[in-house]
Amino acid sequence: MAKVLMKGNEAIAEAAIRSGCRHYFGYPITPQTEIAAYMAKRMPKIGGTFLQAESEISAINMVYGVSSAGLRVMTSSSSPGVSLKQEGISYLAGCDLPALIVNVQRGGPGLGGIQPSQSDYFQATKGGGHGDYRLIVLAPASVQEMADLTAKAFDLADKYRMPAMLLADGTIGQMMEPVELPEDMRTAVYEKPWAVTGTQGKREHNIVNSLYLVPEQLEKKNIERYERYRLYEQNEVMVEEYMTEDADVCVVAFGIAARVSKNAITAARAKGIKAGLIRPITLYPFPKEAIRKAAGHVKGFVSVELSMGQMIDDIRLAEGCAKPVTLCNRVGGMIPSPDEVLKAIEKMEGGEF
Amino acid sequence: MYTQILIAGFGGQGILFAGKVLAYKGLTEDRQISWLPSYGPEMRGGTANCSVIVSDTPVGSPIVHDPDILIVMNLPSLDKYENDVVKDGFIFVDSTLIERKVERQDVKAVYIPATKMARDLGIPTLANMIILGRVIRETGVVSMDGLKDALAKTVSAKHQDLIEANLKAIEAGYNYGE
Repeated sequence: MAKVLMKGNEAIAEAAIRSGCRHYFGYPITPQTEIAAYMAKRMPKIGGTFLQAESEISAINMVYGVSSAGLRVMTSSSSPGVSLKQEGISYLAGCDLPALIVNVQRGGPGLGGIQPSQSDYFQATKGGGHGDYRLIVLAPASVQEMADLTAKAFDLADKYRMPAMLLADGTIGQMMEPVELPEDMRTAVYEKPWAVTGTQGKREHNIVNSLYLVPEQLEKKNIERYERYRLYEQNEVMVEEYMTEDADVCVVAFGIAARVSKNAITAARAKGIKAGLIRPITLYPFPKEAIRKAAGHVKGFVSVELSMGQMIDDIRLAEGCAKPVTLCNRVGGMIPSPDEVLKAIEKMEGGEF
Repeated sequence: MYTQILIAGFGGQGILFAGKVLAYKGLTEDRQISWLPSYGPEMRGGTANCSVIVSDTPVGSPIVHDPDILIVMNLPSLDKYENDVVKDGFIFVDSTLIERKVERQDVKAVYIPATKMARDLGIPTLANMIILGRVIRETGVVSMDGLKDALAKTVSAKHQDLIEANLKAIEAGYNYGE
């Protein structure tokens, strides 16, 4: 299998196709438009559907429809567009439908800017729409992971009947790196006996709906759903630990922030500071165990984020406020430099927090 | 070797394309690569830059803050990035478009009238490739062998007829001064 150079956005699109996704609905927005452009070129050639909807809201509801029919389907957008999709995402969750939603984040709030950001962490991991629900949330940190986690997201979505979000950012979307893509990225076949595929007079109707007017029924539905979420939480945590075994200072960062942090950790180690990195790959479920374990031996944590401090709350919850946690961040499309992260590591090492 | 390269100039000069050629060449040499463009509401005449890392070890951050090699094709880029270059690093200057000299004494400044050479050779849009040829000669960041394969991968399918011209430009830069 030869390595090719691809943009992160293109890798998502190609991996989706190789994962058996034949239906894409979207609306252009920087910095994720390459996904739509790629799909527009490829889908017609392989008997798939590419449709540029009249809005993000339409696109997510088209996803709702296709998923109800039991087929792999996706949409992609960037922050303001993902906000528009929240109603549809809540309905997908309420109907226990699998689907892939890609968010190549840009700075906000509002229309914000078009440069990279991670400020949709709360929206993705805590539920941006109404009601009790969670999303599968995966955070790629390389172009290879843009591809691999796209395949993984489809897989997990089908397995747990949950919508999945790939939470990327403008940098990983726009950059090119070598990638290897297996011809077929499907890992398992999932039966979908609940799908609305036509009864042919042979079975009862399937109904996909999120409306339950009897409170007892709606309560039961919610509890059942959360039992599934518990299983997902127990079985599917993904995390990279980098030089954490002997670390005195533990950086926690995902996506592009983790890439920058690795440079800072190399620099810190060169200065004799034992720094390490915990990189959550699943943001939900958050890798609590890795954090808890590190809390046993580190002086403290540094949360490196492209937001005003969102993931930092989950770090504190995971380590039970046992150790100090500081924030090293830039926002609005700015990215912390390795030097800025190094300074934060040095401060923590020196007991300044 | 972990070489961080920053290429900067005006939109339309082929800044991103020059970076892509470097990246593809590195890829064919089994090196680790990252290529990151500036993106935004940019257009012909605006500013453009791209970060390229060519390495024998995994690439960390794809954003180049302190380049080992800086390639500038307009004055604002030289003004902006000159002080970021690491000590003993390289600064390549298109001397047709930038009149001033590099002020730093602790870097190697290389001047090449790429835009004029491109005009004289009848390939006025390929100054970027001329300067890239010089970069390869002076730094050896990638090799000249098999450059045609890398170009074939970089140039889109419908423009494959332009490979020869690109190759000619790179060679002109490589051999400049001889």
